Amino acid sequence: MVDPALASRLQFAVTTVVHIIFPVMSMGLAPFLVYFTWKEVRTGEALYERLRRFWTKIFAVSFAVGTVTGLVLEFEFGTNFAAFSAAAGELFGGPLAVEGMMAFFLEATFLGVFVFGRERVSDRLYFLSSVMVGLGTWLSAVWILVANSWMQTPRGYELARESGRLTVLLTDPIAAYANPRFPWMFVHMQNAAVLSVALFMAGVAAYHVYRRRHLGVVDGGNLDAEFWRATLKVALVVLLITAPLQVLHGDAYGRHVAETQPQKFAAMEAVWETDSYVPEYIVAFPTSVDDLLNPRAKDIFGIGIPGGASWLASGGNAQAEITGLNEFEGSPPVAVVFWSFRAMVALGFWFVLLAFWAGYRWRTGELFEDRLLHKALMASSVLGILGVELGWIVTEVGRQPWVIQGVMRTTEGVSPGLTGTEATLTLAGFVGGYLVLLSLYTYVVGRLIRRGPETEDGAEPTLPDRERDPGIAPAATEVSEDD
Amino acid sequence: MIEPSPLRTVWFGVALSDLWFVVVFWFLAMFLFLDGWDFGVGAVFALRDDRHEREQCLAAIGPFWDGNEVWLVVFGGGLFAAFPAVYAALFSRHYLLLFGVLGTLILRGMAPEFYEQREDEAWRRWWGRAFVAGSVGAPFLLGVFAGNWLLGVDGVALASVVVGLAVIALNVASGAAFLRLKTTGGLRDEMPALGVRAAAAYLALVVVALGLLALRPGFGDALLTPVPAALVAGSVLLGVGYVLAARRDRPYVALGAAGGLTGALVALVAALLYPTVEPMTGLTVEEAIIGAPAVELLTVGAALLIPLVLTYFAVLYSAFSGPIDAEESY
Repeated sequence: MVDPALASRLQFAVTTVVHIIFPVMSMGLAPFLVYFTWKEVRTGEALYERLRRFWTKIFAVSFAVGTVTGLVLEFEFGTNFAAFSAAAGELFGGPLAVEGMMAFFLEATFLGVFVFGRERVSDRLYFLSSVMVGLGTWLSAVWILVANSWMQTPRGYELARESGRLTVLLTDPIAAYANPRFPWMFVHMQNAAVLSVALFMAGVAAYHVYRRRHLGVVDGGNLDAEFWRATLKVALVVLLITAPLQVLHGDAYGRHVAETQPQKFAAMEAVWETDSYVPEYIVAFPTSVDDLLNPRAKDIFGIGIPGGASWLASGGNAQAEITGLNEFEGSPPVAVVFWSFRAMVALGFWFVLLAFWAGYRWRTGELFEDRLLHKALMASSVLGILGVELGWIVTEVGRQPWVIQGVMRTTEGVSPGLTGTEATLTLAGFVGGYLVLLSLYTYVVGRLIRRGPETEDGAEPTLPDRERDPGIAPAATEVSEDD
Repeated sequence: MIEPSPLRTVWFGVALSDLWFVVVFWFLAMFLFLDGWDFGVGAVFALRDDRHEREQCLAAIGPFWDGNEVWLVVFGGGLFAAFPAVYAALFSRHYLLLFGVLGTLILRGMAPEFYEQREDEAWRRWWGRAFVAGSVGAPFLLGVFAGNWLLGVDGVALASVVVGLAVIALNVASGAAFLRLKTTGGLRDEMPALGVRAAAAYLALVVVALGLLALRPGFGDALLTPVPAALVAGSVLLGVGYVLAARRDRPYVALGAAGGLTGALVALVAALLYPTVEPMTGLTVEEAIIGAPAVELLTVGAALLIPLVLTYFAVLYSAFSGPIDAEESY
């Protein structure tokens, strides 16, 4: 049996990595849905109604899976990290309770109106419900990130010992909840969510445009170019704004991490010895197997920019000193943080490139003709979400061994009575269950995407027919026996 | 290092520790009542073979269940925020039980969303089963959890199992009254009779549970004190009220009575616990409550937010008042 602390950490890792996909989808889709609903209500155009209906289906599935997987996380604080919950609940539980009361109720009740109420409520209330759902998803992020950012840069608390047990007492709510990390995390996360969904929409639209099913030919009443062209354009406008913003903001965020969590920054750059003029390694491999977990070992093969890491940490001074990991107590798994950070940054640059490429093609009038661009967009459709995952790995693995930076170690937070058997059982259950859940989600969303939007008279779409549409590769038609 | 302040925070003559004890159990009662009728609808779904009737069941709860389930989230969040030591002790001790609750809630939450995605029989049969398993399993396990909490035990006590069964019966009574309001045709016509049977089963199970409880040291006397005794008597009256209302076809009154029964059940658990919040650790409300600034902040937050939440529910339920239309689907 696995050690309960290790099993709990793995379980929390698995459940968060899976959960984050669904809030990203709902937070990212929310502004699009507000826009489509506003256009639908204002112009009465069928196109916007269809856009709203189609993307709402994907929102609803994502929200349902997000709700249940989020509930799991809330419970896991009590079940697996009881020592942490008991000690820090005074600070940490408040934001979670407020998230439920302020954000989750808003989102869940107005989602009922938004999904089911088009015929039952006025246009005004209907539009309002789309805004409320969007506001709910974003406020959720506010409170979750208030709680999380406090763990990264804890402020506004004092430590007490109650019958020998460490307790964190709230002394200054404003310092605690408006802590230095919060604005950085919030902007980075929300922009990432919108960027990820823009990439996803662009990829989906490119898939349909690429298949040449929609080049002005209305086939069987359900396949039309206008819908996917409009989707692609809306997604690209958002991509052109969010992709560069994410890179610029990420750069400044990196400096903030260097100032407030030097240990994490050292792990991101794999700096062991305090040094100045530290190079920024683009890639770095150890040449000895013993150093596999240390990407910057002495026997290194790497490509680096001299002084680059110092320059990034200080905002322009290549001579700046970076504190090495050896100066801190314990260190996170450096290879994981180092490589996740590099992969995230590489994705960030790729998104900018992709956005500019597509924007250029749009200007030259070849947006719907550049088949290589369509392939690139299709291939990138879920890379935004991958980027979010990598970012969270940097954030959460990078702060280890601390659950609350500098205050409480993760191993101290595990439930004292938890047995290895219990923790291993639920870990296995979650790995299996979440794999099933993810496959089902992927299957259902994939199927919605292949079927495309409803026809203008509201009829259900039919799946693409192989005979009628010879341009479709066999792999894409394997579901034609579904109905 | 500072010592935690032993001073109680009292606002308008009410200790905030007591207030939060009430609020947390009120969240639980709201969940067991509102999501309870969704669970009850899931149980009715199992009893109906007709495909159209099954879809009516799903359509009836479609706009509501998401919002209703959030009461469980705020129950967990409220307990975590106000009584973190209790949250930690209770949840870590009922480790596997709570993962069972999560598993059943995942099934119940996924099922309606996935059910409608495909037309074919096998797909719908399996998601129908998942919906039923979640709708019956979740209230059962939550009832066992509440029973264990009250008894201060781990594992599975017989009395807790009876409480679990009682919660299922109670939810069926709520669900039957709800479907009587929301549906048409054959399904609607059979609901009052089903509701009456469920209410009778609930009262019988409560009697058994109280009998088992009275055998445990300390509980026999506690049940005879005024508040628990009044809640038990009130439950009997509400049960009779439910039966009369269902027979005379007053679904709103029946639903109200089911709500009263749910409230009385949760209040009975709370009254028997008080002033302890967690019998096994012996923590009382005053010992378990968070520090003064934190609880004050939380109270202000809740006082501002709960009226808003109730407004959202008013909007939702008024937008979807009356029976669902024949063409409305999930």
